[in-house]
Amino acid sequence: MADAGPSRVVSMNLCTDQLAMLLAAPGQLASVSYIARDTRASAMADEAMAYPINHGLAEEIYLLQPDLVIAGAYSTFTTTAMLRRLGVPVVVFQPANSLSDVRDRIKKMGEVLEREAAAADLLAAFDRQLAALDIEADGRPRAALYSANGYTSGPASLAGQILEAAGLANVAAELGYDRSGRMPLEVLAMADPDLLVGTTPYPRASRSEDILGHPVVRHLAAQGGAGQIRDADWVCGTPHVLRAVETLAQERRDFLNRERSE
Amino acid sequence: MIRLMLFLSGTVVILFLIALTAGPADVSARDSLAALFDDSYGPLSLVMWEIRLPRALLAVIIGAALGLAGAAMQGYLRNPLAEPGLIGVSSSAALGAVIAINTGLAASATLGLPFAALAGALMGVFLVMALAGPQGGSLTLILAGIAISAMAGALTSLVLNLSPNPFAANEIVFWMMGSLADRSFVHVGLVLPFAVVGAVILLSLGRGLDALTLGEDAAQTMGVNLKRVRLWLVLGTASVVGGATAVAGAIGFIGLVVPHILRPLVQGQPSRLLWASALGGAIMLQMADIAVRLILPSRDLKLGVVTALVGAPLFLHLIYKTRKGLV
Repeated sequence: MADAGPSRVVSMNLCTDQLAMLLAAPGQLASVSYIARDTRASAMADEAMAYPINHGLAEEIYLLQPDLVIAGAYSTFTTTAMLRRLGVPVVVFQPANSLSDVRDRIKKMGEVLEREAAAADLLAAFDRQLAALDIEADGRPRAALYSANGYTSGPASLAGQILEAAGLANVAAELGYDRSGRMPLEVLAMADPDLLVGTTPYPRASRSEDILGHPVVRHLAAQGGAGQIRDADWVCGTPHVLRAVETLAQERRDFLNRERSE
Repeated sequence: MIRLMLFLSGTVVILFLIALTAGPADVSARDSLAALFDDSYGPLSLVMWEIRLPRALLAVIIGAALGLAGAAMQGYLRNPLAEPGLIGVSSSAALGAVIAINTGLAASATLGLPFAALAGALMGVFLVMALAGPQGGSLTLILAGIAISAMAGALTSLVLNLSPNPFAANEIVFWMMGSLADRSFVHVGLVLPFAVVGAVILLSLGRGLDALTLGEDAAQTMGVNLKRVRLWLVLGTASVVGGATAVAGAIGFIGLVVPHILRPLVQGQPSRLLWASALGGAIMLQMADIAVRLILPSRDLKLGVVTALVGAPLFLHLIYKTRKGLV
């Protein structure tokens, strides 16, 4: 198997980092991005400690002498263009916006790394877990996704799909948001969601995340009892999104139980 | 004078009511005002009490603070170009605030944020006064202001760039331009003590500033202690600008535009101008804040953009007028 597929792969995007770590053969993945080690954003921060990191700069990546570079759609275009000019093959992954996109990306990563068998195993496990979630159809509490700067996510985003998979109705969809956009605090308060799904703030405060501590957001979160549960599992289209669905489905069950007991 | 003050106060009240009824939530003005006094409106009461009321109050408090600071500085320096935003006091206050947020001081101490902003503002006022000298010549004042603004702005950006929080770098805009969006009563509580203390100090300087219009020597023979006036001016300005910047970022041009418009109406008397500018500042910031909500409600248009669009042309006009003095 030594000559099968690329042997020195460098990933420079948080989401491709995780897919590559899940699928690469031992020794095949030469480096992951530094964000892969950030517990707040990366669902595989511990695993990433085992790999050398890069900062997505053309110079350092070229010096790693990769025979394949995997980048995300949002990786700096100038960097990937320069790497291509230097003769390094670059594969670009689009971000996943749905659970079927997740399946798609797993398959593509398997092909790119020439690890189709590993990808097939991972896909089978993904489908099994998804089927095992078994979300009962009755009762769809209204939930709102709310993150830094007052951004919400609509049904055409990965977060929105996670919400739906967990058996919740998306308030953003009612209000006409498709992907993501800024939802004024007033509009959120007037929509009065059953559950508020907020993000876990980064360490070291920022004004953008201040909004998650606003009395209105706190009031809505206390009312529904979900709060800041959105974490690294939500960020990337990897099998880890199922963990997010599971956590959210539990919040939903708790909410419905509370409602029934009232 | 009384008629002017009544007119200004009346306008503040009317704008306050308009501010309470303007917002992205689609509700009638009557319902929204009724929801302030009645809990039965559910989420609307929440919107009114926790979102619109604090925002409207902050516009009044901060606008008054900035108008007052501008009038006081212009009175002391006898220079119509002196303005907290232009001469770097607001940006140094923003630097103090950003440092407090990024070192965790703001989270660990209740008044850590406004005190840090006050310390920054204090440095800014002190530097400007030291560089511009007691005469406050236009050229040195503006040059000193540019230098301090640039330095404080660069350091603010540096702190935000170095922050491990990925959102921090995007906030450079907020600290440079200012915004009242999504502030709460916590912020009202933070700014109020500093605004009140600073306002009391600045308003008490009226007699000294009046005397100064006759020149420094004349003021001294009238028993005005110039060093005391200067010290209290620095402290008062730092207090109001520091408090305002800590919660709303650096909002520029209010302290420039308002005293300029009102000066002829008070016959150029600084002590009257202080009171009138406080009310005028509240009016201008309220109008700007209503405008950002009506023009581009979904975009979080920054307050500083609107105030600069109004203020910068006036600033050019003033420079043109004082050009003879500059050469």
